Amino acid sequence: MAPKVEGPWARFRAEFAESRLAMAGLLVLLAILAIGILAPVISPQNPYDLAQLDVMDSKLAPGEKSAAGRTYWLGTDDQGRDMLSGIFYGLRISLGVGIASTVFALAIGLVFGLVAAYFGGWVDTLIMRIVDIQLSFPAILIALILLAVLGQGVDKIVIALVTVQWAYYARTVRSSALVERQKEYVEAARVLALGQARVVFRHLLPNCLPPLIVVATVQVAHAIALEATLSFLGLGLPITEPSLGLLISNGFQYLLSGKYWISFYPGVALLLTIMAINLVADQLRDILNPRLRK
Amino acid sequence: MSGGPLLQVDGLRMHFFTKAGVVKAVDDVSFTVGRGEILGLVGESGSGKSMTGYSILGLIDPPGRIVEGRIVFDGTDLTRLDPAAWRSIRGNRIAMIFQDPMMTLNPVLRIDTQIVEAVQAHAGVSRESALARAREALVRVGIASPDERLHAYPHQFSGGMRQRVAIAIALVNGPDLIIADEPTTALDVTIQGQILFEMQKVCRESGTALLWITHDLSVIAGLADKVCVMYAGRFVESGPVADILDNPLHPYSRGLIDSVPARNERGRPLRQIPGMTPSLLSLGPGCPFRERCASATPRCAESPEVTEPSPGRRLRCFHPAR
Amino acid sequence: MLAYAIRRFGQSVFVLVLMSFLVFIGVYAIGNPIELLVNPQADEVERARAAAALGLDRPFLEQYWVFLKGAASGDLGRSFVYNEPALTLILDKLPATIELAFVAMVMAIGLGIPLGLVAGLKPDSFVGRAIMAGSILGFSLPTFWVGLVLIMVFSVQLGWLPSNGRGETMMVAGLPVSFLTADGLAHLAMPAVNLALFKLSLLIRLTRAGTREAVLQDYVKFARAKGLSQGRVIGVHVLKNILIPIVTVIGLELGSVIAFAIVTESIFAWPGSGKLLIDSINQLDRPVIVAYLLVIVTLFIVINFVVDVLYSLLDPRVRLGGAAASH
Repeated sequence: MAPKVEGPWARFRAEFAESRLAMAGLLVLLAILAIGILAPVISPQNPYDLAQLDVMDSKLAPGEKSAAGRTYWLGTDDQGRDMLSGIFYGLRISLGVGIASTVFALAIGLVFGLVAAYFGGWVDTLIMRIVDIQLSFPAILIALILLAVLGQGVDKIVIALVTVQWAYYARTVRSSALVERQKEYVEAARVLALGQARVVFRHLLPNCLPPLIVVATVQVAHAIALEATLSFLGLGLPITEPSLGLLISNGFQYLLSGKYWISFYPGVALLLTIMAINLVADQLRDILNPRLRK
Repeated sequence: MSGGPLLQVDGLRMHFFTKAGVVKAVDDVSFTVGRGEILGLVGESGSGKSMTGYSILGLIDPPGRIVEGRIVFDGTDLTRLDPAAWRSIRGNRIAMIFQDPMMTLNPVLRIDTQIVEAVQAHAGVSRESALARAREALVRVGIASPDERLHAYPHQFSGGMRQRVAIAIALVNGPDLIIADEPTTALDVTIQGQILFEMQKVCRESGTALLWITHDLSVIAGLADKVCVMYAGRFVESGPVADILDNPLHPYSRGLIDSVPARNERGRPLRQIPGMTPSLLSLGPGCPFRERCASATPRCAESPEVTEPSPGRRLRCFHPAR
Repeated sequence: MLAYAIRRFGQSVFVLVLMSFLVFIGVYAIGNPIELLVNPQADEVERARAAAALGLDRPFLEQYWVFLKGAASGDLGRSFVYNEPALTLILDKLPATIELAFVAMVMAIGLGIPLGLVAGLKPDSFVGRAIMAGSILGFSLPTFWVGLVLIMVFSVQLGWLPSNGRGETMMVAGLPVSFLTADGLAHLAMPAVNLALFKLSLLIRLTRAGTREAVLQDYVKFARAKGLSQGRVIGVHVLKNILIPIVTVIGLELGSVIAFAIVTESIFAWPGSGKLLIDSINQLDRPVIVAYLLVIVTLFIVINFVVDVLYSLLDPRVRLGGAAASH
């Protein structure tokens, strides 16, 4: 029997598919991404077009019909806004903020991590000391203070999320780059005077990617949860950019009177998003962790 | 005590039931170890020799399982014992030493804790008398100032010293049999010799039998009374050490012996066995060595029976070397 | 050890001063508190007088210097809103936060480590998978939303538990605590569960991962080969090894629990320091924000120090002060 010849990508896919839970997570995640991207197309209503709102429809329970005969499957909020449409648009904002902040934080962390690992010495000490001090404080506290200073806005919350996240990437990149740096081929490349950029990008960078992918996946989920939390506390996004957290916050005041759906369903959407990402991240970690390999 | 051999492994099969299929890690292996005898269990890595050792101690974890065969120790078939009874033998009458001394001692527990717990697991004695035994065992393996050493942590010891401690732990309950899984492979060559010498001395003095698992025939030559060779989970041949080394009958044993560098053949390239060990997952019936064997014939696709070419020797091959 | 403690203390003071400066710059940049504090109808003169009374008319560096001088003698300024010393305000609210955080952490540790061990020892069993699925869920649930669902179920639907406040308290060593009275316990239950959930999931995952790695180690096999009971192998050989990273994380998370209490306190109107912080941010009460941060930072530094000491007690390879021994 000839051994099956497989590329690393095919093996990766096969290993990923081993967990049905992770596959389910991936499917849900793809669906959520599609909803976020297509929100303006598939939403029954543009929830922020005041012309489409009718105060008569406010706080309808899920499944009730509007005065105009439309069915609100997930009910309406205090403005008479369709919750389903609100959630679709909210997902778009939450995902956008989460992904944007992750990309920026990753880029910044990657640069600082590589610089620290490559140059070593006082550069490394300085960067890592900053990282250590920052990581010894909870992300939410730093973000809270930053937002208190910066004020509300999409750009502000992205800045806050990037500030609290870059250090994770810097640390991850540095530690894997250091391991690689000590290997002989990097030393050989340096001896051959291949040029610093080439050594960093062709040799160090590719080997830092697996742990980085895992950290980045987890951090997208963290970023989304953190944004929602901050918005819930009234410090994140302005009311004109209603993310899921803001929708939940908006429904909080009606919760005690039993009108649960205004808070509950956006929360379910948030939960599904974070959970799908975490399931995918877990499986990625299991595949990419060499220590658990058989 | 019964009159038979101390340990008789008979037709042992230990398989792993993995998602990819059944891995026959140990497949029909038989041998005996007499009281105070030293048996060398020889094979390449992946030949199932370590798994045979773990099977004897009952340390096989799912998805692995002993599917067939008997392990008769001092008249009792261990495979029929309940876990608690097997545990009372483990570390008490049968002890085991592992390959890498850097990994076998628990890094966060002091040496005294690790020896005393081995004593107290099997004897209801006070900590003081357990410590006395621990001290005595350390002295026997050549550790000076045992009182100081008892209070140390493993990371304060060298590799050779750690292996001595592991051996002391194996000896502390006065076992009848010690299973040593390549205990010198991970050590420096000079330390290897010392440990080997001391193991042998201690076992001879106390009449402890030794099952020495190794891939290195040169170690076996000066140490063992008998040799049992394994290949791809299966028994190949066994017999007195001098007979096997001077006159191997199975083509695999012959290949193994030829690949050991000898002093009088300096300058000649080393001989290798061509080919690679087969995957245990896809292994069918027949002699597993036939793909690499110069003497193989179509008949080798059937499994050969075990024969007894001369008293005390056993062999599984259709085409023994002459 | 003493040299280590002194060096750590020096570092801590440096971090504190640095933090105070950063925070001061940041908080200084937040809006103009006069707008909120003074009657909107007030004229320029009145505004100027208010600003002078609060020291807001002086240059930034002078304000910082005044603050530092005060801080050195334990005076972190007076709240603009309550006109009370900021430190007193925070220290009044802190015990409630610490009680909440402590109860939550005890719940998380008491449940998380055993569940993680079970899941790590039997990762493929039904129970192992169920625990893991539960922890993924707990990890994914945003704290504030769990709080809402708890209120929805236990306060609104079932009417079993109160949704806000601290309930009846009892004085212990001069501090009010909730967990000794039935009413206090009823008030404490939901916030504590809410705050514990995330840490519980974290501890389950951490313990499970550590256990899975530990059981593959030779020292575990060797311990079993010695004939030790399953209980001793797991309870001593496995647990003591995995406790090292767990204790570190517990220590670090203790700080994060206090920080996350901000969210829980806001939802359940728990009268702790976190709620005070959110209120102060909304009211631009600068001295209270600065004082809160400095108190929290001090708390973190103390916690980190204790964790380091514990770490060295658990892991013989680590010796404080010197370089770590080789592995």
